[in-house]
Amino acid sequence: MLDINKIRADFPILSQKVNGKPLVYFDNGATSQKPQVVIDAISKYYQEINANIHRGVHTLSQLATDAYEISRGKIQNHINAKFAHEVLFTSGTTHGINLVTNGFASILKPGDEVLVSALEHHSNIVPWQMLCEKTGATLRVIPMNADGELMMSEYDKLLSNKTKVVTVNHISNALGTVNPIKYMIDKAHEVGAAILIDGAQAVPHLKPNVQELDCDFYAFSGHKMCGPTGTGILYGKEAWLNKLPPYQGGGEMIKEVTFEKTTYADLPHKFEAGTPNIAGGIVLGTAVDYLNEVGFENIQQQEKELLEHATQRLLEIEGLKIFGTSAAKTSVVSFNIEGIHPYDIGTIIDKLGIAVRTGHHCAQPIMNFFCIPGTIRASFAFYNTKEEIDVMVEAIKKAQLMLS
Amino acid sequence: MKIKDIQEEIVDEFSMFDDWMERYEYIIELGKNLPLIKEEFKTENNLIKGCQSKVWLQGEKKDDKIVFTADSDAILTKGIIAILIRTFSNQKASDILEADMSFIDEIGLKEHLSPTRANGLVSMIKNIKMYALAFNTKN
Repeated sequence: MLDINKIRADFPILSQKVNGKPLVYFDNGATSQKPQVVIDAISKYYQEINANIHRGVHTLSQLATDAYEISRGKIQNHINAKFAHEVLFTSGTTHGINLVTNGFASILKPGDEVLVSALEHHSNIVPWQMLCEKTGATLRVIPMNADGELMMSEYDKLLSNKTKVVTVNHISNALGTVNPIKYMIDKAHEVGAAILIDGAQAVPHLKPNVQELDCDFYAFSGHKMCGPTGTGILYGKEAWLNKLPPYQGGGEMIKEVTFEKTTYADLPHKFEAGTPNIAGGIVLGTAVDYLNEVGFENIQQQEKELLEHATQRLLEIEGLKIFGTSAAKTSVVSFNIEGIHPYDIGTIIDKLGIAVRTGHHCAQPIMNFFCIPGTIRASFAFYNTKEEIDVMVEAIKKAQLMLS
Repeated sequence: MKIKDIQEEIVDEFSMFDDWMERYEYIIELGKNLPLIKEEFKTENNLIKGCQSKVWLQGEKKDDKIVFTADSDAILTKGIIAILIRTFSNQKASDILEADMSFIDEIGLKEHLSPTRANGLVSMIKNIKMYALAFNTKN
């Protein structure tokens, strides 16, 4: 069981007032708040060990390099990667996905197929579209049903020896659906396709085990899991990372440079050109430690209770419809109220101190599927409470009264 | 009435409200009285980009003035556009182009609406001014 008061005290921003009201932060799907240990670790880095990494012989550079590599090791353990060099630091999920699609540009041929799911964030659609345009490969879509679940029977049919890559999110950002990725990974491998999992919405809620999953790539962001913005990880199987060409050229990623030819550094440096976000990378390790101390079982228990409470309370509101009704869901409720634009609700409840996301959530195909302009999305974290959900429900009722 | 006088009138009306709720309720009220765009003009071309909600705006020349009609799928947005239309519809293109926009700040719209919505507001003003520019050049 979580001591919720103790947990909330870890997050200084939560005791703030917004528009004169206590902040109720339900936009965790967009970014999570940061605990004091993370905030402190950022200052500590700049106050004590700031130096460029991997090249200096001086003490500070060694300290910074050690801290950076220790963090890589922590993340390796966290996701159970076989090797530390399979864990690449990125600026976020989008960067990780683009690194992979860029690499596949030299692998795909016309006639090859890329499978993308109907539940994706634009970040996991557009890079693949660009890849298909570049290579002449075809993008095909794994459809979903009215509950917002991917249709596995259709997925099975779409897979063939033409399929070269499959890309799917672990958890949908817009609806909260948890996808059957283990099944999808195994099926992709049966036809010899590689598979990338966009884990951006999963890592705040669970600990992915990449070896058990057997996925080829797993991309996620640090800022959604209590870490700093501008941080992220791309896990890639060693064999794939060796096969893919570098994403960016520059310092750090080379073995030897002459004007005739450059040879590239070994993993992971081959994909980490330039001075990275050193502080961010180190502090992402701090965030991972923090989450593990809280415990993912505790996190899941709290979030499950919040989801149940929110679903029950929200459905009390007349004309409210929830989008994404799969039994396998994380703590996200996406909804609309009949006859009222989500934006109007979002704007009014903001005045009451409540932060939710409104709009298409960078997943326009999902909104088109449901024929709606967008939804109101309340996404909960383990530091949220049932009382806050009650405050939101009352605020929505007030907004509904004003707007109808 | 001149643009400047209408703006002063609106600033006056908004100054009567004590809190955001009354202000928003008034905006909603204004939205309900927006001169609606004809359905046939709800085209992709007349759709204003930069708003989270959909906004259609149409300007037509009537004598030496421009008449605006609009619609939106969000009521608060409708209210905001109603304020703009009240200010700029039935005005000369040259007057619209010269109009000062600081009244938006004075009625607290920029301050009280979220940044994304404020961006929509900026786009609306830009589109109104674009119409004025187009009609002005034709003359």
